[in-house]
Amino acid sequence: MRRAIGTTALVAALALAATACGGGGGEEGGDAASGELSGTVTFWDTSNDAEKATFQRIAEDFENKHPGVDVEYVNIGFDNAQNKFKDAANAGEAPEVMRTEVAWVSDFASLQIIEPLDDLADDAGDHVPQAWGSTQYDGRTYALPQVIDTLALFYNKRILDEAGVEAPSSIAELKDSAAAIEKTGATPFYLRGDDAYWFLPYLYGEGGDLVDAQAREVTVDDPAGAAAFATVEDLLDSGVATTDINDGYANQQKAFNNGEAAMIVDGPWAIAGTLAGAEFKDDPDNLGVAPVPAGSEDQGAPQGGWNLSVYAGTAPENMDAAKEFARYMSSAEVQQRTTEELSLLPTRTSVYEEPSVQENQMVRFFKPAVDKAVQRAWIPEAAGFFDPLKEQLARVVKDAATPEEAAESTGEAYRELLPDWK
Amino acid sequence: MAVETGRPAQPAASGGPTARGRGRGADVRKPARARRVLSTHWYAWAMIAPVVLVLGVIIGFPLLRGVYLSLTNADERNVGRTIGARTLEPTYEFVGLDNYVEVLTGDVFWGRLAWTVVWTVACVSLTFLIGLALANMLNRAVRGRTLYRIALILPWGIPAFVSVFAWRLLFAGDGMFNAVLTGGGIEGVDWLEHPTWAKLAVITVNIWIGVPFMLVATLGALQSVPGELYEAAEMDGAGPWQRFRNITVPGIRSVSATVILLSTIWTFNMFPVIFLLTGGGPYGSSEILVTEAFNLAFVRSPRDFATSATWGVLILLLLVAFAVLYRRSLRKQGEVW
Repeated sequence: MRRAIGTTALVAALALAATACGGGGGEEGGDAASGELSGTVTFWDTSNDAEKATFQRIAEDFENKHPGVDVEYVNIGFDNAQNKFKDAANAGEAPEVMRTEVAWVSDFASLQIIEPLDDLADDAGDHVPQAWGSTQYDGRTYALPQVIDTLALFYNKRILDEAGVEAPSSIAELKDSAAAIEKTGATPFYLRGDDAYWFLPYLYGEGGDLVDAQAREVTVDDPAGAAAFATVEDLLDSGVATTDINDGYANQQKAFNNGEAAMIVDGPWAIAGTLAGAEFKDDPDNLGVAPVPAGSEDQGAPQGGWNLSVYAGTAPENMDAAKEFARYMSSAEVQQRTTEELSLLPTRTSVYEEPSVQENQMVRFFKPAVDKAVQRAWIPEAAGFFDPLKEQLARVVKDAATPEEAAESTGEAYRELLPDWK
Repeated sequence: MAVETGRPAQPAASGGPTARGRGRGADVRKPARARRVLSTHWYAWAMIAPVVLVLGVIIGFPLLRGVYLSLTNADERNVGRTIGARTLEPTYEFVGLDNYVEVLTGDVFWGRLAWTVVWTVACVSLTFLIGLALANMLNRAVRGRTLYRIALILPWGIPAFVSVFAWRLLFAGDGMFNAVLTGGGIEGVDWLEHPTWAKLAVITVNIWIGVPFMLVATLGALQSVPGELYEAAEMDGAGPWQRFRNITVPGIRSVSATVILLSTIWTFNMFPVIFLLTGGGPYGSSEILVTEAFNLAFVRSPRDFATSATWGVLILLLLVAFAVLYRRSLRKQGEVW
């Protein structure tokens, strides 16, 4: 794929690189002799439909800074991106730079398909610690943070006002306000029944977690796990929430954007798309954002976000350009741009100082939420956590398993992934 | 050319006794015999060599490698791979039959196998019966026969993934089927979210895709049944059902036996319909053996190549066993096959 470009610029750049290498006596990389970066950087982006045009412009602006570098932007979407990159990496066809979800870094690093980036870690201190934590594996830096996010409650202010209720701060309040909201004709809440990540706030709300990496212990089948499944079951059975076990994300967005659902749980990445929806297009202030509702014990949402990693099989002549591109995409300049244009949350403390970022309403809400977001266990095995959880969640949604059975089966599956854990 | 290759085949056929004699004085005769075989048959050997080579490379090697992997603990972390300039050596180990013991003593395999058998039997029998019925209807002079034939063969011409996605839209919660149901005053059904409905849905789609093949095959067979037989039977006073039972069914048996065998093997391993329509869901209830094997190797993390290979070998063994038994039962019925 990345070899399939035939622009004159590329030919010229390669020719330049070739002569530079020849002259420099086997010097590595395109950053030779002239000091000019050259090479080809294919960038696999995972941003969603509402974000991708902006990310493409940002990626291609790298060419203006470094005319010798040819950037090829490819949006591969979020679905299955982790497996796509693994397949491509093993086939030697991976892109030079991959937008890597925070939980994938340890998986890719343990497979040795991404390059250690210790030499780019000079400004590590500028990043918020949780974001930087997700780039580390085995004592080395394998990625550079780009955005940080977490889940929050999105609500339609118009509907809640009509019903005369406040945004609920807990599941109990959500249930209490349900009757009033139903009178307006809207469904109070859309619950993702098809995604394990969206299940985590219920689990954290009961004081639980999937695993305790420090104690090397599987904790999902503790009483908190069953309680979390029971919360989901209760919200659905009582009619407070609707759900699907297929295409949940699309259905959730559709329901919220059209005003069919008064509340959903989503992340900063959805802001751009939500504001383009029918309910919010003419009145962006109609969108309210609040922390995810608390459970009976606690309140918390998982920490997410995106990093940039460099493919370990990158050809030497492209390596310098690829690393510089990753550094650029993680830079303060780009992070400020993604905040201004897409309301995404930066990972750099210096960017939060910028007035335009400070004034951004979404940042104002999400920053405290992100600061409190629950860090997940950054272990390679975590890549296998979501499949069994998703299956059990669907069973609970469809009444094919009790909450206790679901928690127990998930725990069994995790112990198979982590054989020597408790 | 046919004559040329035909001639060297003669000594081979009459070489039966020589072959039998090999056991007695093999040592002395072997090189001489090999030379003779080579000199008389070199042309035939040369002609089949490319085929043997290609089959060996595209079937033999992957097959043997799959069998070998099923006897190891290979997964994505320990297989050999090349990442750019760096080559990682494989570190997986030979574990004997451990994978087989684990798979065969767990309940996932047996659960999936039971559904795979139900799925195969339901799909093949219904597809065959519908194909045969349609072929019978078309095997006569009706007006617009060509048009009917084209319409019935159309599903075959559409790529499977296109038709499966179209069906997916029909089965969706707000799709056409539910619109029809609610329009008729019946509550809509969560087609793809309930195990039983999802299973019915995948079987329906697979039948829709499979009927054209059965139709074409049985129609061809029907046309090869001599018309005089029907005329004679009619003269003798046989009714339509009797003619069907006693002329049509035996007349197309050689073709139907073959297409049922083929269809069984295809349906048993029909990946796209399941994978694209339900993704094996809801919660794995419509997962057949091949989709599960695919999940093990390419979807779930960590990718478990050894267990997936084990499933692959077991699928192969099941199909080989089926083919052998099926052939034997046909032979008992007097088929030369």
